[in-house]
Amino acid sequence: MFLKTITFAGAFALLGSTAIAGCGISGGNVSVLSNDFPAIQAVTSAAAACAGDGVTVETNLTKDHKDIMVAALTANPAQYSSVVVSNSTLVTLMNDGLVRPLDEMVAKHGAALSKSQLITVNGKVMAVAFMANAQHLFSRTDVLEAAGVEGIPATYEDVLAAAEKIRAAGLMDYPVALNTKAGWNLAEEFVNMYMGTGADFFKSGTAEAAVNNENGVATLEMLKSLVAYSNPDYLTYDSNATQAEWEAGNLALATMWGSRGSAILDDEGSTAEVVSGTVLSAAPTWGNDARPASTLWWDGIAISTNVSDEDAEATFVAMMNGISSDVVKANNDAAVWLDGAYMPSPASAGVSGTAAGGAAPYPMLPFMGALHTALGAEITDFLQGSESAEQALADVEAAYTAAAKEQGFLN
Amino acid sequence: MMSDIVHRRSPVLNIIIWGLVLVWIVAAGFPFLWTLWGSFKVQGDFFSKADWTNAVYGVRTQIETGGAFTGKGYYGAWVTKEFWLAALNTSIVVVSVVIISLTLGTLGGYALARSGKKYAFYLLMLALVFRAMPHITLVSGYLLPFFEWNLWGHLPTAIIVMVAINQPFTLWMLHSFFLNIPKDLDESAMVDGCTRFQAFRHVIVPVMWPGVVTTGLFSFLLAYNDFTVTATLLSQANQTMVPKIASFLGTTQTEGNVMFAVAAVVSATAPLFVLILFFQRQIVSGLTAGAVKG
Amino acid sequence: MKNRTFFWFILPSLITMLLFIALPIVSVAVQSVHIEHEAVMVEVENCGPFGCKQELQVDVEETAKLKEERPLGQFNGLGTYTNRNHLAFTEIGLAWQSSTGFVDFMPKALNLPFYRALAFTLTYTFVVTPLVIIFGFMIALGVNTLPKRIKGPTIFISLLPMIVTPLIGSLILFWMIDANGILGATLQRIFDDPNLSLKASPTLTWIMLMVYGVWHSAPFAFIVFYAGLQTVPADTMEAAMIDGASRWERTRYVVLPHLMPLTVFISLIQLMDNFRVFEPIVSFSAQASATSLSWIIYNDLVGNESQFFGSAGATSVLTIIGVSILLIPVLIRTWRDFNQKLV
Repeated sequence: MFLKTITFAGAFALLGSTAIAGCGISGGNVSVLSNDFPAIQAVTSAAAACAGDGVTVETNLTKDHKDIMVAALTANPAQYSSVVVSNSTLVTLMNDGLVRPLDEMVAKHGAALSKSQLITVNGKVMAVAFMANAQHLFSRTDVLEAAGVEGIPATYEDVLAAAEKIRAAGLMDYPVALNTKAGWNLAEEFVNMYMGTGADFFKSGTAEAAVNNENGVATLEMLKSLVAYSNPDYLTYDSNATQAEWEAGNLALATMWGSRGSAILDDEGSTAEVVSGTVLSAAPTWGNDARPASTLWWDGIAISTNVSDEDAEATFVAMMNGISSDVVKANNDAAVWLDGAYMPSPASAGVSGTAAGGAAPYPMLPFMGALHTALGAEITDFLQGSESAEQALADVEAAYTAAAKEQGFLN
Repeated sequence: MMSDIVHRRSPVLNIIIWGLVLVWIVAAGFPFLWTLWGSFKVQGDFFSKADWTNAVYGVRTQIETGGAFTGKGYYGAWVTKEFWLAALNTSIVVVSVVIISLTLGTLGGYALARSGKKYAFYLLMLALVFRAMPHITLVSGYLLPFFEWNLWGHLPTAIIVMVAINQPFTLWMLHSFFLNIPKDLDESAMVDGCTRFQAFRHVIVPVMWPGVVTTGLFSFLLAYNDFTVTATLLSQANQTMVPKIASFLGTTQTEGNVMFAVAAVVSATAPLFVLILFFQRQIVSGLTAGAVKG
Repeated sequence: MKNRTFFWFILPSLITMLLFIALPIVSVAVQSVHIEHEAVMVEVENCGPFGCKQELQVDVEETAKLKEERPLGQFNGLGTYTNRNHLAFTEIGLAWQSSTGFVDFMPKALNLPFYRALAFTLTYTFVVTPLVIIFGFMIALGVNTLPKRIKGPTIFISLLPMIVTPLIGSLILFWMIDANGILGATLQRIFDDPNLSLKASPTLTWIMLMVYGVWHSAPFAFIVFYAGLQTVPADTMEAAMIDGASRWERTRYVVLPHLMPLTVFISLIQLMDNFRVFEPIVSFSAQASATSLSWIIYNDLVGNESQFFGSAGATSVLTIIGVSILLIPVLIRTWRDFNQKLV
């Protein structure tokens, strides 16, 4: 208890100057579970500034939030009154009814929110989104120019052609990178690429997987062509690794998360040459489709079912304070914010372009997580050349079917 | 005179032994030395993707800080990110785990070594099977009840879980050591009128230290390095060092924060150095030859 | 020792183990024979910052009713154990029927996640365990002969691979073996192959993981043997010397038998720990080339949107059975020792 008091007092002293204690809440306990990256740190620390006057604010920012969130919210009373969720994690919580509808609170305290920030499911507001993210293309214009490539590639076919030119010109052996670490990351690349074809992952209206088709095969073939221009270690590349490779100047074309943009464009960790040559643009399209091969993600706030109404309301108000226009203005470059006060910058050009190009959001389906896990484990065999695309996709469907049966989505 | 004979070795053997030890020392120590050196650089050098020699010369460090070395990592970890709080939590956890583990373990291990009954053997087997359970399954199983009963997030919860998880190992190891202590020692004490506990207390306890120190070392390491239990069962306010270091890395490695992690690792290893230097003497001299021979 | 005394001595230890290990094991076993209720689905409209879409969602109220009736879920017997993601009886049967021989059958079996993991787990266990014991013993003998003054620092450095937090230790090594890292670059120079990458080829990844395993665990064997060496009875050694036993003979006939219980102990612990290997796989991002049983469990529970408790439970139970089978030879030996001590 003693240690806790010290940390809170410390956090409060740092942030207290700009906030009015209580944020107008009459009292309650606010506790937030979330992922851990700079934009979320800004949100939670602004929410923590509401502490005082009978209001306590506790935060737990951890990359392992997914592993404890279901158990933490199942308990009654829940350990956390709010979780910062995304497309995929909101579904997991809703499957068990662990988050509550927010319509009343939005009507009462959400005057500053725009309609597009409200995540509604079946007409009920289940979460309030505050930032957007997507994977898109990062290009080194100086390298492209040196290799005689004109403009920034708009399709993955162009990316392949440009990569070949760069390699042929002897500028780089491995100019391309995607976040292809086996597991979640690689599966996400598959999902992105597959979404570019416009096809669905499941047979309409059912939980039966439908990726073993010509679209799936074409997606795998495209991924394989791309990794041929990636460093042989590509199956270990997560987004930290690709960012480091980019900043070291080892890459010319990469698909990375938009949230990496501002870190890459700042003056730390990289040479002026790399920074000045880097341009962020929309995710490329491919094949005959005009839809960018990427998925749109949002991060937002959800409130637990198993807490008292008083705590829920206090939490909502505190979190509204966390995503207010002031916070957005103060941390403009930390994310692509959905608030009206956000000023677009070169770091957000890629995400905006991808959204404007008509990319689809990551599917909010209860069984998508199981398919994602199966993809991450089973498609490496194809990329390593030890089995055919059809066999790999058949394995994906088999692994998914077994997992979905365990979870009651199929029988 | 005897010791002279013991230490007389052929030069060839000497060279082989020293060579072997030297190779091992390099293999064991080099990565750490590299980390120690790198902890005074910036991230661009430490994980220099461009050329590893940057890590030696500190090219980016020169550019970004103006000197070949920087204490930024240490300052950031200890002052800005309050690593001392995590260090304090770790000390509490580690000391408690070691003391509780060893207390329960010496009693149990001694009983197992001296029982001679078949059920003692079965118990030992059972403990071993318990140990086969992957920690991650156990910890995931605890989550819901701990949240329900409001036990989650507190240091004592993590401590008792680590004691339990480590108990089969401690029991088995101490049981092995107690088997090496001649039975006559405590049994003669009991013939002299001591109860079993008195015999344990006055005869066994004084000679058991090498085994206990070694076992304690492992309990210590388990508690010190554990990630699965502490990361899953502790709230952020009660974080110990390892989850704190992991949080410096985060999902998104913010520039500079990675170096906090590296500096924190070096800092976390320093106390171990002192500790092992101290207990090394315990291991060597603790077991007096006379006591063992009885 | 009297039963009563034994009971009181062992009681505290027993309580913690029962509460925090035995009970969870039982609950895991129960969980593994159940699957979740059939989810009642409804199609609803989802709207967000990127537009609206018709999507399926779980009907929470309907599903909650099912859950209330039977909180454990649907009983599935050994269904989870035999499904494709575990023992895969059907798939193995089909693969066997369609195969012309063992050579044809093996790749088909190794395409199934459980058997692929088992293959690596067993290889890892049987390569790393003996090497750890041999290296640990040799280092202990070597360090024991050093002058007292340099023993302390030597022991400290020897323990480093074990005591530096594996989380960071492996991160640093992972970078060092990168093609641009110091070890990776040196290896490329030694083998004169600029494309050599330890992370890219499955074979090299396996070797790398095993080398890491030996490096990480040798200190454990070392320190146990070292502590054991301190207790080698001096009079037996002297007697052997007076009888004219050579250095080798003394090691063989006095030191080794004395250290035997410790060797059994180390093999036990190492067999178990190596059978449960997964940390290096995670830290080295090696899952594309090598998976283990514990890694499957980890993957079911950690880092993904949905957690598969039933599946993880089934793999855990299979792991326990695997470890028990593995330990049989060591246990028989312990049993014999134990009975000798009874006399």
